[in-house]
Amino acid sequence: MGYRNADGWGSRDEAARRPRRGGEDRRGATGKSVRLIVENLACRRSGRRIFSGLSFTLAPGEALMVTGRNGAGKSSLLAMLAGRLKPDAGTIRGEAIGEAGLPECLHVVGHRDGLKSALTAAENLDFARDLLGSPVMAPGEALAAMGLPHVARLPVGYLSAGQRRRVALARLLVCRRPLWLLDEPTAALDIASQGVLATLMGRHRAEGGLVIAATHQALGLEDARELHIGPALAEAPDAAEAEAWT
Amino acid sequence: MIRAFSALLARDLRLAGRVGGSGALSLVFFLMIVVLVPFALGPDLNLLSRIGPAILWLAAVLATLIGLDRLFQSDEEDGSLDLMTGAAVPLEIVVLAKVAAYWLTTGLPLALASPLFGLLVALSPEAMGATALTLALGTPALAFIGAVGAALTATIRRGGLILAIVVLPLMIPTLIFGVSATEAALDGTVPFTTPLSVLAALSLMAGVVGTLAAAAALRWSE
Repeated sequence: MGYRNADGWGSRDEAARRPRRGGEDRRGATGKSVRLIVENLACRRSGRRIFSGLSFTLAPGEALMVTGRNGAGKSSLLAMLAGRLKPDAGTIRGEAIGEAGLPECLHVVGHRDGLKSALTAAENLDFARDLLGSPVMAPGEALAAMGLPHVARLPVGYLSAGQRRRVALARLLVCRRPLWLLDEPTAALDIASQGVLATLMGRHRAEGGLVIAATHQALGLEDARELHIGPALAEAPDAAEAEAWT
Repeated sequence: MIRAFSALLARDLRLAGRVGGSGALSLVFFLMIVVLVPFALGPDLNLLSRIGPAILWLAAVLATLIGLDRLFQSDEEDGSLDLMTGAAVPLEIVVLAKVAAYWLTTGLPLALASPLFGLLVALSPEAMGATALTLALGTPALAFIGAVGAALTATIRRGGLILAIVVLPLMIPTLIFGVSATEAALDGTVPFTTPLSVLAALSLMAGVVGTLAAAAALRWSE
């Protein structure tokens, strides 16, 4: 227990001053260069096999687009990677992550954005930074990078769906974690913000980070690999079943 | 670790204080029970002062229970729990911080307000002091025991009923020793410290077992 990278907790000012790039000094457990190996993964929700035999390897700098029909198990795959769901079979390993578990090396931005409506955007990001560790950017800067410098002092409950999503995405910048798990990251985002997100993902990959995105749209990920999860059932799942899976 | 713990604690305290938070909920509920009991029993001051400590303790148990279902459920619903799973600290620390915040917003205000509410049930000054002391020592046990139930029912919508059924039997020992410690302070047939030590022991045990059990329940909740 305890933190593997000793420089992970700077003072707030120090963290704010630290440049975003040039992370040579901080390749600890939650540093970059992580390799993700998934072997023979199978998923079962509510007694029903969703998918099985899923294998892929992701090297530093690579991106994976997870596609598939509604209810195919895209979100379930991300939940397993995030450690929120037990795999029915198979293994998920992260190489070069040290003693830290895989959940401590990744960021999740999904449908449930993990923001408290009663807290301001800056308070939400401050909390995420203290909870997740490895701070690299001040919340104000991260919000400015997402084009939302003016909402820092507003309760998140007052924001629109797209603005909320951008605040959640700003979390990616506040703490440095090598693996980004994004579930429909462009949902509710306008075109300009989609461009910002694509730039951020490109920069993250250039620094050796990994991106896994479940999506129905092109995200602007260059030479991303694609993983298509086929439905386990021959016939199309009805609406009630699909709802139970997501 | 201290930083993550204090961040969680500060966040939950802040949320309890904001609009729509649960800050005053249990205190108001506590007050309602204590106000209604004298009306139901009639103006018999001797009867009231005899059963007063028991009423205050009963009200405290119910008031602790009332906000408990939202302890982890609100974080589960908006995805904050996913964030906490990936926190740089073990889930046990997360549970500990959240329960500490919950106790600071429910148990501690109840203990501090109990002398005042004791006036409504005609408690003597010694009884007020004893009730406040036993509540301060005993309510952590209620919060930690409740946290296990809250973690088990975090993913269940309207899990409040199941939570109460799971948790209430486990709270009974705390209730028994809380009331008996208060009465021991008054009539003096049993030394005051005996039930009081048991009560403190219950709180310490619940602190350890409850934290581990609630964290385990959250891990397996999906």
